Amino acid sequence: MDWFYVKGILILSGINLMAVLGLSLLTGFTGLFSFGHAGFMAIGAYAAAFIGVNLRLPLIVSLLAGGLAAGIISLFIGRLTLKLKGDYFCIATLGFGEAIRLILDNVQVFGGARGWPGIPIRIDLWNVVLINLAGIAFMISLVNSRHGRNMIAIREEELAAETIGIDTFKYKMISLFTSAVYAGIAGGLVGYYTGFLQPKMFGMTKSTELTIIVIFGGIGSISGSVLGTLLLTALPELLRAFALWRLVAYGAAVIFIMISRPEGLMGGKEITFKGILRAFGFGHKHGKAREV
Amino acid sequence: MTQFLQQIINGLSIGSVYALMAVGYSLVYSIMNFSNFAHGGIIMLGAYFGFYLLTLFKWPFVLAFFGAALCSTVLAVLLERVAYKPLRMRNAPFLYFIISAMGASMFIENFVIATIGPTFKTYPPVLSREPFQIGSLFIGRLDTMIFITSAVCLLLLVYFIDFTKVGKAIRATAFNARVSALMGINTDMIITLVFAVGGFLAGVAGVLFGMKYTVYPQIGAVTIKSFIAAVFGGLGSLPGAVIGSVILGLLETLISGYFSSQFRDLISFSLLIAILVFRPVGLMGKLGEEKA
Repeated sequence: MDWFYVKGILILSGINLMAVLGLSLLTGFTGLFSFGHAGFMAIGAYAAAFIGVNLRLPLIVSLLAGGLAAGIISLFIGRLTLKLKGDYFCIATLGFGEAIRLILDNVQVFGGARGWPGIPIRIDLWNVVLINLAGIAFMISLVNSRHGRNMIAIREEELAAETIGIDTFKYKMISLFTSAVYAGIAGGLVGYYTGFLQPKMFGMTKSTELTIIVIFGGIGSISGSVLGTLLLTALPELLRAFALWRLVAYGAAVIFIMISRPEGLMGGKEITFKGILRAFGFGHKHGKAREV
Repeated sequence: MTQFLQQIINGLSIGSVYALMAVGYSLVYSIMNFSNFAHGGIIMLGAYFGFYLLTLFKWPFVLAFFGAALCSTVLAVLLERVAYKPLRMRNAPFLYFIISAMGASMFIENFVIATIGPTFKTYPPVLSREPFQIGSLFIGRLDTMIFITSAVCLLLLVYFIDFTKVGKAIRATAFNARVSALMGINTDMIITLVFAVGGFLAGVAGVLFGMKYTVYPQIGAVTIKSFIAAVFGGLGSLPGAVIGSVILGLLETLISGYFSSQFRDLISFSLLIAILVFRPVGLMGKLGEEKA
Protein backbone atom coordinates (compact mmCIF):
# COMPACT_ATOMS: atom_id res chain seq x y z
CA MET A 1 0.00 0.00 0.00
CA ASP A 2 2.17 2.85 -1.15
CA TRP A 3 1.53 6.55 -0.65
CA PHE A 4 0.75 7.17 -4.31
CA TYR A 5 -2.23 4.82 -4.13
CA VAL A 6 -3.51 6.22 -0.86
CA LYS A 7 -3.15 9.72 -2.25
CA GLY A 8 -5.25 8.75 -5.25
CA ILE A 9 -8.04 7.46 -3.03
CA LEU A 10 -7.91 10.61 -0.91
CA ILE A 11 -8.16 12.84 -3.98
CA LEU A 12 -11.10 10.82 -5.27
CA SER A 13 -12.79 11.14 -1.89
CA GLY A 14 -12.16 14.86 -1.94
CA ILE A 15 -13.73 15.21 -5.38
CA ASN A 16 -16.75 13.18 -4.33
CA LEU A 17 -16.98 15.17 -1.13
CA MET A 18 -17.56 18.45 -2.96
CA ALA A 19 -20.52 16.98 -4.86
CA VAL A 20 -21.84 15.26 -1.74
CA LEU A 21 -21.64 18.47 0.32
CA GLY A 22 -23.75 20.24 -2.26
CA LEU A 23 -26.28 17.46 -2.42
CA SER A 24 -26.30 17.31 1.36
CA LEU A 25 -27.57 20.89 1.45
CA LEU A 26 -30.31 20.11 -1.05
CA THR A 27 -31.36 16.72 0.27
CA GLY A 28 -30.24 16.73 3.88
CA PHE A 29 -31.14 20.27 4.82
CA THR A 30 -33.86 21.29 2.36
CA GLY A 31 -35.52 17.91 1.86
CA LEU A 32 -35.42 17.90 -1.94
CA PHE A 33 -34.21 14.76 -3.63
CA SER A 34 -32.25 14.95 -6.84
CA PHE A 35 -31.46 12.06 -9.14
CA GLY A 36 -29.70 14.28 -11.65
CA HIS A 37 -26.81 15.87 -9.81
CA ALA A 38 -24.32 14.15 -12.08
CA GLY A 39 -25.78 16.43 -14.75
CA PHE A 40 -24.57 19.49 -12.83
CA MET A 41 -21.19 17.80 -12.37
CA ALA A 42 -21.00 17.24 -16.11
CA ILE A 43 -21.80 20.87 -16.87
CA GLY A 44 -19.18 22.03 -14.38
CA ALA A 45 -16.61 19.57 -15.69
CA TYR A 46 -16.95 20.55 -19.33
CA ALA A 47 -17.23 24.26 -18.62
CA ALA A 48 -14.20 24.28 -16.31
CA ALA A 49 -12.12 22.25 -18.73
CA PHE A 50 -13.18 24.36 -21.71
CA ILE A 51 -12.37 27.62 -19.96
CA GLY A 52 -9.12 26.35 -18.51
CA VAL A 53 -7.87 24.91 -21.79
CA ASN A 54 -8.90 27.74 -24.11
CA LEU A 55 -8.46 30.82 -21.94
CA ARG A 56 -5.53 29.51 -19.88
CA LEU A 57 -7.01 30.80 -16.66
CA PRO A 58 -5.66 29.67 -13.28
CA LEU A 59 -7.14 26.51 -11.78
CA ILE A 60 -9.28 28.14 -9.13
CA VAL A 61 -10.85 30.58 -11.58
CA SER A 62 -11.76 27.85 -14.05
CA LEU A 63 -13.19 25.69 -11.26
CA LEU A 64 -15.33 28.58 -10.05
CA ALA A 65 -16.42 29.27 -13.61
CA GLY A 66 -17.46 25.62 -13.93
CA GLY A 67 -19.38 25.87 -10.69
CA LEU A 68 -21.04 29.06 -11.84
CA ALA A 69 -22.03 27.49 -15.16
CA ALA A 70 -23.73 24.63 -13.30
CA GLY A 71 -25.34 27.17 -10.98
CA ILE A 72 -26.77 29.22 -13.82
CA ILE A 73 -28.25 26.13 -15.46
CA SER A 74 -29.70 25.14 -12.08
CA LEU A 75 -31.52 28.47 -11.92
CA PHE A 76 -33.29 27.65 -15.17
CA ILE A 77 -34.09 24.14 -14.06
CA GLY A 78 -35.21 25.33 -10.63
CA ARG A 79 -37.45 28.01 -12.08
CA LEU A 80 -39.18 25.32 -14.14
CA THR A 81 -39.35 22.43 -11.72
CA LEU A 82 -39.14 23.61 -8.11
CA LYS A 83 -42.87 24.35 -8.07
CA LEU A 84 -43.58 20.66 -8.63
CA LYS A 85 -44.93 18.71 -5.71
CA GLY A 86 -43.82 15.41 -4.31
CA ASP A 87 -41.69 13.06 -6.29
CA TYR A 88 -42.30 14.93 -9.53
CA PHE A 89 -39.26 17.04 -8.68
CA CYS A 90 -37.03 13.95 -8.43
CA ILE A 91 -38.45 12.67 -11.70
CA ALA A 92 -37.71 16.00 -13.37
CA THR A 93 -34.11 15.99 -12.09
CA LEU A 94 -33.74 12.45 -13.36
CA GLY A 95 -34.86 13.59 -16.81
CA PHE A 96 -32.53 16.59 -16.59
CA GLY A 97 -29.47 14.50 -15.69
CA GLU A 98 -30.05 12.05 -18.52
CA ALA A 99 -30.78 14.85 -20.99
CA ILE A 100 -27.46 16.58 -20.16
CA ARG A 101 -25.58 13.34 -20.66
CA LEU A 102 -27.28 12.67 -23.99
CA ILE A 103 -26.67 16.22 -25.19
CA LEU A 104 -22.96 15.95 -24.34
CA ASP A 105 -22.89 12.63 -26.20
CA ASN A 106 -23.71 14.57 -29.34
CA VAL A 107 -21.57 17.68 -28.90
CA GLN A 108 -18.65 17.00 -31.22
CA VAL A 109 -16.58 19.95 -29.95
CA PHE A 110 -16.05 18.01 -26.70
CA GLY A 111 -15.46 14.70 -28.46
CA GLY A 112 -19.04 13.47 -28.08
CA ALA A 113 -19.51 10.03 -26.58
CA ARG A 114 -15.88 9.09 -27.26
CA GLY A 115 -14.70 11.53 -24.65
CA TRP A 116 -12.32 14.43 -24.39
CA PRO A 117 -8.69 13.53 -23.63
CA GLY A 118 -5.74 15.79 -23.01
CA ILE A 119 -7.04 18.07 -20.29
CA PRO A 120 -4.02 19.30 -18.29
CA ILE A 121 -3.69 17.58 -14.92
CA ARG A 122 -3.55 20.29 -12.30
CA ILE A 123 -4.96 18.61 -9.22
CA ASP A 124 -2.88 17.40 -6.34
CA LEU A 125 -3.79 16.38 -2.83
CA TRP A 126 -3.03 19.75 -1.26
CA ASN A 127 -5.29 21.80 -3.49
CA VAL A 128 -8.15 19.29 -3.21
CA VAL A 129 -7.88 19.43 0.57
CA LEU A 130 -7.82 23.24 0.54
CA ILE A 131 -10.87 23.39 -1.72
CA ASN A 132 -12.66 20.90 0.49
CA LEU A 133 -11.88 22.82 3.65
CA ALA A 134 -13.19 26.00 2.07
CA GLY A 135 -16.28 24.14 0.89
CA ILE A 136 -16.95 22.64 4.32
CA ALA A 137 -16.41 25.97 6.08
CA PHE A 138 -18.80 27.78 3.76
CA MET A 139 -21.40 25.03 4.09
CA ILE A 140 -21.26 25.03 7.89
CA SER A 141 -21.70 28.78 8.06
CA LEU A 142 -24.55 28.63 5.55
CA VAL A 143 -26.38 25.87 7.42
CA ASN A 144 -26.03 27.68 10.74
CA SER A 145 -27.17 31.00 9.33
CA ARG A 146 -30.74 32.28 9.17
CA HIS A 147 -30.92 31.06 5.57
CA GLY A 148 -29.88 27.58 6.59
CA ARG A 149 -32.53 27.47 9.29
CA ASN A 150 -35.15 28.53 6.76
CA MET A 151 -34.12 25.63 4.57
CA ILE A 152 -34.38 23.20 7.48
CA ALA A 153 -37.85 24.58 8.18
CA ILE A 154 -38.84 23.76 4.60
CA ARG A 155 -37.54 20.24 5.02
CA GLU A 156 -39.47 19.73 8.25
CA GLU A 157 -42.82 21.07 7.08
CA GLU A 158 -43.11 23.09 3.93
CA LEU A 159 -46.64 24.29 4.52
CA ALA A 160 -45.84 25.49 8.03
CA ALA A 161 -42.68 27.20 6.81
CA GLU A 162 -44.72 29.05 4.23
CA THR A 163 -47.29 30.06 6.82
CA ILE A 164 -44.72 31.74 9.05
CA GLY A 165 -43.56 33.79 6.11
CA ILE A 166 -40.59 31.95 4.63
CA ASP A 167 -40.40 32.40 0.88
CA THR A 168 -40.11 28.67 0.27
CA PHE A 169 -39.58 28.95 -3.47
CA LYS A 170 -36.73 31.40 -3.02
CA TYR A 171 -34.99 29.25 -0.43
CA LYS A 172 -35.39 26.08 -2.46
CA MET A 173 -33.86 28.00 -5.34
CA ILE A 174 -30.90 29.16 -3.23
CA SER A 175 -30.40 25.62 -2.00
CA LEU A 176 -30.50 24.17 -5.51
CA PHE A 177 -28.17 26.89 -6.83
CA THR A 178 -25.60 26.35 -4.07
CA SER A 179 -25.66 22.60 -4.45
CA ALA A 180 -25.29 22.89 -8.22
CA VAL A 181 -22.25 25.16 -7.77
CA TYR A 182 -20.67 22.58 -5.48
CA ALA A 183 -21.45 19.80 -7.96
CA GLY A 184 -20.01 21.92 -10.78
CA ILE A 185 -16.77 22.46 -8.89
CA ALA A 186 -16.59 18.73 -8.19
CA GLY A 187 -17.05 18.10 -11.90
CA GLY A 188 -14.24 20.52 -12.70
CA LEU A 189 -12.00 18.67 -10.27
CA VAL A 190 -12.79 15.38 -12.05
CA GLY A 191 -11.61 16.81 -15.36
CA TYR A 192 -8.41 18.30 -13.97
CA TYR A 193 -7.60 15.16 -12.01
CA THR A 194 -8.20 12.45 -14.62
CA GLY A 195 -7.29 14.58 -17.65
CA PHE A 196 -10.15 12.96 -19.50
CA LEU A 197 -13.87 13.59 -19.65
CA GLN A 198 -16.61 11.39 -21.04
CA PRO A 199 -20.37 11.91 -20.72
CA LYS A 200 -20.67 8.30 -19.50
CA MET A 201 -18.86 9.30 -16.28
CA PHE A 202 -21.85 11.42 -15.32
CA GLY A 203 -24.69 8.95 -15.77
CA MET A 204 -27.56 8.09 -13.51
CA THR A 205 -25.35 5.71 -11.51
CA LYS A 206 -23.24 8.66 -10.41
CA SER A 207 -26.31 10.64 -9.34
CA THR A 208 -27.68 7.71 -7.37
CA GLU A 209 -24.29 7.10 -5.80
CA LEU A 210 -24.17 10.70 -4.54
CA THR A 211 -27.67 10.45 -3.10
CA ILE A 212 -26.77 7.16 -1.44
CA ILE A 213 -23.70 8.69 0.20
CA VAL A 214 -25.79 11.54 1.60
CA ILE A 215 -28.37 9.13 2.99
CA PHE A 216 -25.73 6.78 4.31
CA GLY A 217 -23.92 9.60 6.09
CA GLY A 218 -27.12 10.88 7.58
CA ILE A 219 -29.67 13.41 6.46
CA GLY A 220 -29.01 16.87 7.86
CA SER A 221 -25.44 16.31 9.00
CA ILE A 222 -22.34 17.75 7.34
CA SER A 223 -19.94 15.62 9.34
CA GLY A 224 -22.10 12.65 8.35
CA SER A 225 -21.62 13.53 4.69
CA VAL A 226 -17.87 13.81 5.18
CA LEU A 227 -17.70 10.48 6.99
CA GLY A 228 -20.02 8.83 4.49
CA THR A 229 -17.91 10.03 1.55
CA LEU A 230 -14.65 8.87 3.11
CA LEU A 231 -16.11 5.47 3.98
CA LEU A 232 -17.97 4.80 0.76
CA THR A 233 -15.16 6.01 -1.51
CA ALA A 234 -12.31 4.37 0.36
CA LEU A 235 -13.96 1.08 1.33
CA PRO A 236 -14.53 -0.27 -2.19
CA GLU A 237 -11.00 0.80 -3.16
CA LEU A 238 -9.52 -1.07 -0.24
CA LEU A 239 -11.56 -4.17 -1.01
CA ARG A 240 -10.75 -4.40 -4.70
CA ALA A 241 -11.62 -8.10 -4.90
CA PHE A 242 -15.05 -7.09 -3.73
CA ALA A 243 -15.49 -4.66 -6.64
CA LEU A 244 -18.14 -6.62 -8.48
CA TRP A 245 -20.31 -6.85 -5.39
CA ARG A 246 -19.79 -3.25 -4.31
CA LEU A 247 -22.94 -1.88 -5.93
CA VAL A 248 -24.92 -4.94 -4.81
CA ALA A 249 -23.91 -4.15 -1.25
CA TYR A 250 -24.75 -0.46 -1.76
CA GLY A 251 -28.25 -1.35 -2.91
CA ALA A 252 -28.82 -3.71 0.00
CA ALA A 253 -27.38 -1.15 2.43
CA VAL A 254 -29.72 1.55 1.18
CA ILE A 255 -32.79 -0.62 1.70
CA PHE A 256 -31.48 -1.67 5.08
CA ILE A 257 -30.84 1.93 6.15
CA MET A 258 -34.30 3.00 4.97
CA ILE A 259 -36.12 0.25 6.86
CA SER A 260 -34.02 0.25 10.01
CA ARG A 261 -32.20 3.57 10.51
CA PRO A 262 -33.48 6.15 8.03
CA GLU A 263 -31.56 8.90 9.82
CA GLY A 264 -28.26 7.41 8.55
CA LEU A 265 -24.86 7.17 10.16
CA MET A 266 -24.91 10.44 12.08
CA GLY A 267 -28.65 10.88 12.43
CA GLY A 268 -28.75 14.66 12.04
CA LYS A 269 -25.99 15.14 14.62
CA GLU A 270 -22.63 16.73 14.06
CA ILE A 271 -19.17 15.92 15.34
CA THR A 272 -17.88 19.09 16.93
CA PHE A 273 -14.58 19.97 18.46
CA LYS A 274 -16.28 20.39 21.81
CA GLY A 275 -17.92 17.00 21.41
CA ILE A 276 -14.58 15.31 20.77
CA LEU A 277 -13.03 16.86 23.85
CA ARG A 278 -16.05 15.84 25.85
CA ALA A 279 -15.83 12.27 24.59
CA PHE A 280 -12.27 12.06 25.89
CA GLY A 281 -13.26 13.56 29.22
CA PHE A 282 -11.83 17.03 28.75
CA GLY A 283 -15.06 18.86 28.12
CA HIS A 284 -16.75 21.53 30.14
CA LYS A 285 -19.15 20.40 32.75
CA HIS A 286 -22.13 21.80 30.92
CA GLY A 287 -20.90 21.21 27.38
CA LYS A 288 -23.10 19.06 25.24
CA ALA A 289 -21.53 15.88 23.96
CA ARG A 290 -22.91 16.40 20.53
CA GLU A 291 -24.63 19.41 19.26
CA VAL A 292 -27.86 18.79 17.48
CA MET B 1 -46.18 6.14 -47.42
CA THR B 2 -45.18 2.50 -47.15
CA GLN B 3 -42.23 3.46 -45.02
CA PHE B 4 -44.47 5.56 -42.81
CA LEU B 5 -46.91 2.68 -42.27
CA GLN B 6 -43.98 0.37 -41.62
CA GLN B 7 -42.73 2.74 -38.92
CA ILE B 8 -46.23 2.90 -37.41
CA ILE B 9 -46.30 -0.91 -37.14
CA ASN B 10 -42.89 -0.98 -35.43
CA GLY B 11 -43.99 1.84 -33.15
CA LEU B 12 -47.14 -0.01 -32.12
CA SER B 13 -45.12 -3.12 -31.36
CA ILE B 14 -42.63 -1.38 -29.05
CA GLY B 15 -45.35 0.90 -27.69
CA SER B 16 -47.40 -2.08 -26.57
CA VAL B 17 -44.42 -3.49 -24.64
CA TYR B 18 -43.92 -0.08 -23.04
CA ALA B 19 -47.59 -0.17 -22.11
CA LEU B 20 -47.19 -3.46 -20.25
CA MET B 21 -44.30 -1.98 -18.31
CA ALA B 22 -45.89 1.43 -17.73
CA VAL B 23 -49.05 -0.12 -16.31
CA GLY B 24 -46.91 -1.62 -13.53
CA TYR B 25 -45.56 1.81 -12.57
CA SER B 26 -49.01 3.33 -12.68
CA LEU B 27 -50.73 0.61 -10.66
CA VAL B 28 -48.30 0.98 -7.79
CA TYR B 29 -48.40 4.76 -8.00
CA SER B 30 -52.18 4.82 -7.88
CA ILE B 31 -52.21 2.93 -4.57
CA MET B 32 -49.01 3.97 -2.84
CA ASN B 33 -48.18 7.36 -4.40
CA PHE B 34 -44.57 6.71 -5.20
CA SER B 35 -42.62 5.72 -8.29
CA ASN B 36 -41.48 2.14 -7.95
CA PHE B 37 -38.12 2.43 -9.67
CA ALA B 38 -37.35 -1.22 -8.90
CA HIS B 39 -40.03 -2.23 -11.42
CA GLY B 40 -37.38 -2.12 -14.16
CA GLY B 41 -35.37 -4.69 -12.23
CA ILE B 42 -38.37 -7.03 -12.09
CA ILE B 43 -38.84 -6.66 -15.86
CA MET B 44 -35.17 -7.48 -16.41
CA LEU B 45 -35.41 -10.54 -14.19
CA GLY B 46 -38.51 -11.64 -16.12
CA ALA B 47 -36.50 -11.50 -19.33
CA TYR B 48 -33.73 -13.60 -17.75
CA PHE B 49 -36.18 -16.16 -16.35
CA GLY B 50 -37.73 -16.57 -19.79
CA PHE B 51 -34.31 -16.94 -21.35
CA TYR B 52 -33.09 -19.59 -18.91
CA LEU B 53 -36.34 -21.54 -18.89
CA LEU B 54 -36.13 -21.72 -22.68
CA THR B 55 -32.44 -22.50 -23.07
CA LEU B 56 -31.31 -24.23 -19.88
CA PHE B 57 -34.47 -26.12 -18.97
CA LYS B 58 -35.67 -26.48 -22.57
CA TRP B 59 -39.27 -25.74 -21.63
CA PRO B 60 -41.74 -25.25 -24.47
CA PHE B 61 -42.28 -21.58 -25.19
CA VAL B 62 -45.78 -21.16 -23.75
CA LEU B 63 -44.75 -22.85 -20.52
CA ALA B 64 -41.56 -20.80 -20.24
CA PHE B 65 -43.55 -17.66 -20.94
CA PHE B 66 -45.94 -18.28 -18.04
CA GLY B 67 -43.12 -19.60 -15.89
CA ALA B 68 -41.19 -16.35 -16.29
CA ALA B 69 -44.30 -14.28 -15.58
CA LEU B 70 -44.99 -16.28 -12.40
CA CYS B 71 -41.39 -15.95 -11.19
CA SER B 72 -41.60 -12.18 -11.68
CA THR B 73 -44.88 -12.14 -9.79
CA VAL B 74 -43.29 -13.85 -6.80
CA LEU B 75 -40.28 -11.53 -6.91
CA ALA B 76 -42.40 -8.40 -7.13
CA VAL B 77 -44.35 -9.48 -4.05
CA LEU B 78 -41.11 -10.33 -2.28
CA LEU B 79 -39.73 -6.91 -3.18
CA GLU B 80 -42.73 -5.25 -1.63
CA ARG B 81 -42.41 -7.35 1.53
CA VAL B 82 -38.72 -6.59 2.00
CA ALA B 83 -38.26 -3.05 0.76
CA TYR B 84 -41.61 -1.29 1.20
CA LYS B 85 -43.73 -3.03 3.81
CA PRO B 86 -41.58 -1.99 6.80
CA LEU B 87 -41.81 1.63 5.56
CA ARG B 88 -45.55 1.31 5.06
CA MET B 89 -45.98 -0.01 8.59
CA ARG B 90 -44.56 3.13 10.14
CA ASN B 91 -46.07 5.60 7.64
CA ALA B 92 -42.68 6.73 6.38
CA PRO B 93 -42.58 9.77 4.07
CA PHE B 94 -42.80 8.93 0.37
CA LEU B 95 -39.19 9.93 -0.22
CA TYR B 96 -38.04 6.95 1.81
CA PHE B 97 -40.02 4.72 -0.54
CA ILE B 98 -38.27 6.21 -3.57
CA ILE B 99 -34.85 5.81 -2.00
CA SER B 100 -35.66 2.25 -1.02
CA ALA B 101 -36.84 1.62 -4.59
CA MET B 102 -33.61 3.06 -5.98
CA GLY B 103 -31.65 0.82 -3.62
CA ALA B 104 -33.64 -2.22 -4.70
CA SER B 105 -33.17 -1.41 -8.36
CA MET B 106 -29.44 -0.99 -7.83
CA PHE B 107 -29.31 -4.26 -5.90
CA ILE B 108 -31.16 -6.28 -8.54
CA GLU B 109 -29.21 -4.91 -11.49
CA ASN B 110 -25.80 -5.37 -9.93
CA PHE B 111 -26.71 -8.73 -8.45
CA VAL B 112 -27.36 -9.96 -11.97
CA ILE B 113 -24.11 -8.41 -13.21
CA ALA B 114 -22.18 -10.06 -10.38
CA THR B 115 -23.73 -13.50 -10.78
CA ILE B 116 -24.74 -13.95 -14.43
CA GLY B 117 -22.42 -11.35 -15.92
CA PRO B 118 -22.90 -8.26 -18.05
CA THR B 119 -22.96 -10.04 -21.41
CA PHE B 120 -25.86 -9.82 -23.84
CA LYS B 121 -27.99 -12.95 -24.27
CA THR B 122 -30.11 -13.65 -27.31
CA TYR B 123 -33.36 -15.56 -27.12
CA PRO B 124 -33.52 -18.69 -29.26
CA PRO B 125 -35.77 -18.14 -32.29
CA VAL B 126 -39.31 -18.99 -31.23
CA LEU B 127 -41.16 -17.76 -34.29
CA SER B 128 -40.01 -17.93 -37.88
CA ARG B 129 -38.42 -14.75 -39.13
CA GLU B 130 -40.61 -14.87 -42.25
CA PRO B 131 -42.87 -11.79 -42.11
CA PHE B 132 -46.49 -11.54 -43.22
CA GLN B 133 -46.91 -9.52 -46.36
CA ILE B 134 -49.92 -7.29 -46.91
CA GLY B 135 -49.58 -5.38 -50.18
CA SER B 136 -46.14 -3.83 -49.94
CA LEU B 137 -46.10 -3.89 -46.16
CA PHE B 138 -44.08 -6.41 -44.19
CA ILE B 139 -45.36 -7.27 -40.75
CA GLY B 140 -43.02 -9.34 -38.61
CA ARG B 141 -44.52 -12.37 -36.91
CA LEU B 142 -42.79 -11.39 -33.71
CA ASP B 143 -44.20 -7.86 -33.84
CA THR B 144 -47.68 -9.24 -34.41
CA MET B 145 -47.33 -11.69 -31.56
CA ILE B 146 -45.99 -8.97 -29.23
CA PHE B 147 -48.84 -6.66 -30.09
CA ILE B 148 -51.53 -9.33 -29.65
CA THR B 149 -50.07 -10.65 -26.38
CA SER B 150 -49.81 -7.16 -24.93
CA ALA B 151 -53.31 -6.26 -26.06
CA VAL B 152 -54.76 -9.44 -24.52
CA CYS B 153 -52.93 -8.82 -21.22
CA LEU B 154 -54.11 -5.22 -21.10
CA LEU B 155 -57.71 -6.19 -21.88
CA LEU B 156 -57.61 -8.81 -19.14
CA LEU B 157 -56.27 -6.15 -16.80
CA VAL B 158 -59.08 -3.78 -17.70
CA TYR B 159 -61.61 -6.55 -17.09
CA PHE B 160 -59.97 -7.37 -13.77
CA ILE B 161 -59.86 -3.77 -12.55
CA ASP B 162 -63.23 -2.62 -13.87
CA PHE B 163 -65.50 -5.63 -13.66
CA THR B 164 -64.48 -7.79 -10.72
CA LYS B 165 -65.06 -7.32 -7.02
CA VAL B 166 -61.33 -7.37 -6.25
CA GLY B 167 -60.83 -4.77 -8.96
CA LYS B 168 -63.39 -2.60 -7.28
CA ALA B 169 -61.47 -2.94 -4.02
CA ILE B 170 -58.28 -1.86 -5.81
CA ARG B 171 -60.03 1.19 -7.24
CA ALA B 172 -61.43 2.04 -3.83
CA THR B 173 -57.99 1.77 -2.23
CA ALA B 174 -56.52 3.98 -4.94
CA PHE B 175 -59.24 6.52 -4.28
CA ASN B 176 -58.73 6.61 -0.54
CA ALA B 177 -56.74 3.95 1.26
CA ARG B 178 -57.74 4.89 4.78
CA VAL B 179 -61.48 4.99 4.18
CA SER B 180 -61.29 1.74 2.20
CA ALA B 181 -59.58 0.11 5.15
CA LEU B 182 -62.38 1.36 7.41
CA MET B 183 -64.93 -0.15 5.00
CA GLY B 184 -63.35 -3.54 5.60
CA ILE B 185 -61.03 -3.79 2.63
CA ASN B 186 -57.81 -5.52 3.52
CA THR B 187 -55.48 -2.88 2.06
CA ASP B 188 -52.41 -4.92 2.88
CA MET B 189 -53.78 -7.70 0.68
CA ILE B 190 -54.66 -5.19 -2.05
CA ILE B 191 -51.12 -3.85 -2.10
CA THR B 192 -49.69 -7.37 -2.35
CA LEU B 193 -52.14 -8.06 -5.16
CA VAL B 194 -51.20 -4.89 -7.02
CA PHE B 195 -47.54 -5.82 -6.86
CA ALA B 196 -48.40 -9.34 -8.03
CA VAL B 197 -50.34 -8.04 -11.04
CA GLY B 198 -47.61 -5.53 -11.85
CA GLY B 199 -45.00 -8.26 -11.48
CA PHE B 200 -46.88 -10.63 -13.79
CA LEU B 201 -47.14 -7.98 -16.50
CA ALA B 202 -43.48 -7.11 -15.92
CA GLY B 203 -42.54 -10.73 -16.56
CA VAL B 204 -44.59 -10.82 -19.76
CA ALA B 205 -43.05 -7.52 -20.88
CA GLY B 206 -39.57 -8.77 -20.03
CA VAL B 207 -39.95 -11.91 -22.16
CA LEU B 208 -41.43 -9.95 -25.08
CA PHE B 209 -38.69 -7.35 -24.86
CA GLY B 210 -36.02 -10.03 -24.67
CA MET B 211 -37.42 -11.73 -27.75
CA LYS B 212 -37.52 -8.51 -29.76
CA TYR B 213 -34.11 -7.26 -28.67
CA THR B 214 -31.67 -8.97 -26.31
CA VAL B 215 -31.36 -9.63 -22.60
CA TYR B 216 -28.80 -7.75 -20.54
CA PRO B 217 -28.61 -6.40 -16.98
CA GLN B 218 -29.16 -2.77 -17.97
CA ILE B 219 -32.64 -3.32 -19.42
CA GLY B 220 -33.70 -1.04 -16.58
CA ALA B 221 -32.37 1.88 -18.61
CA VAL B 222 -34.95 1.05 -21.27
CA THR B 223 -37.76 0.53 -18.80
CA ILE B 224 -37.16 4.06 -17.54
CA LYS B 225 -38.71 5.07 -20.86
CA SER B 226 -41.87 3.19 -20.03
CA PHE B 227 -41.81 5.18 -16.82
CA ILE B 228 -41.66 8.36 -18.92
CA ALA B 229 -44.67 7.00 -20.79
CA ALA B 230 -46.48 6.49 -17.49
CA VAL B 231 -45.72 10.07 -16.45
CA PHE B 232 -46.72 11.30 -19.88
CA GLY B 233 -50.09 9.57 -19.65
CA GLY B 234 -50.54 10.61 -16.03
CA LEU B 235 -49.07 8.61 -13.17
CA GLY B 236 -51.72 6.48 -11.54
CA SER B 237 -53.99 6.33 -14.56
CA LEU B 238 -54.08 3.02 -16.43
CA PRO B 239 -55.61 4.28 -19.71
CA GLY B 240 -53.13 7.15 -19.50
CA ALA B 241 -50.22 4.73 -19.17
CA VAL B 242 -51.35 2.78 -22.25
CA ILE B 243 -51.96 5.87 -24.39
CA GLY B 244 -48.72 7.48 -23.23
CA SER B 245 -46.79 4.30 -24.11
CA VAL B 246 -48.25 3.98 -27.57
CA ILE B 247 -47.54 7.65 -28.30
CA LEU B 248 -43.99 7.33 -26.99
CA GLY B 249 -43.41 4.14 -29.00
CA LEU B 250 -44.66 5.79 -32.19
CA LEU B 251 -42.67 8.95 -31.52
CA GLU B 252 -39.48 6.99 -30.95
CA THR B 253 -39.74 4.89 -34.10
CA LEU B 254 -40.68 7.90 -36.20
CA ILE B 255 -37.77 9.93 -34.84
CA SER B 256 -35.24 7.17 -35.40
CA GLY B 257 -36.78 6.40 -38.78
CA TYR B 258 -36.84 9.90 -40.21
CA PHE B 259 -34.40 11.86 -38.11
CA SER B 260 -31.65 10.17 -36.15
CA SER B 261 -31.65 7.39 -33.62
CA GLN B 262 -29.03 9.32 -31.63
CA PHE B 263 -31.58 11.92 -30.69
CA ARG B 264 -34.30 9.39 -29.80
CA ASP B 265 -33.48 9.13 -26.09
CA LEU B 266 -32.73 12.83 -25.83
CA ILE B 267 -36.18 13.61 -27.15
CA SER B 268 -37.78 11.11 -24.75
CA PHE B 269 -36.14 12.74 -21.75
CA SER B 270 -36.85 16.26 -22.99
CA LEU B 271 -40.46 15.18 -23.39
CA LEU B 272 -40.42 14.07 -19.76
CA ILE B 273 -39.22 17.48 -18.56
CA ALA B 274 -41.63 19.30 -20.86
CA ILE B 275 -44.60 17.35 -19.53
CA LEU B 276 -43.59 17.94 -15.94
CA VAL B 277 -43.25 21.66 -16.60
CA PHE B 278 -46.42 22.20 -18.60
CA ARG B 279 -48.76 19.53 -17.36
CA PRO B 280 -47.36 17.58 -14.41
CA VAL B 281 -50.50 15.48 -14.07
CA GLY B 282 -50.00 14.09 -17.57
CA LEU B 283 -52.58 13.49 -20.26
CA MET B 284 -55.16 11.62 -18.21
CA GLY B 285 -54.12 12.37 -14.65
CA LYS B 286 -56.36 14.11 -12.20
CA LEU B 287 -55.18 17.12 -10.27
CA GLY B 288 -54.52 15.89 -6.78
CA GLU B 289 -55.26 18.10 -3.84
CA GLU B 290 -52.47 18.73 -1.43
CA LYS B 291 -52.94 17.19 1.97
CA ALA B 292 -51.66 19.28 4.79
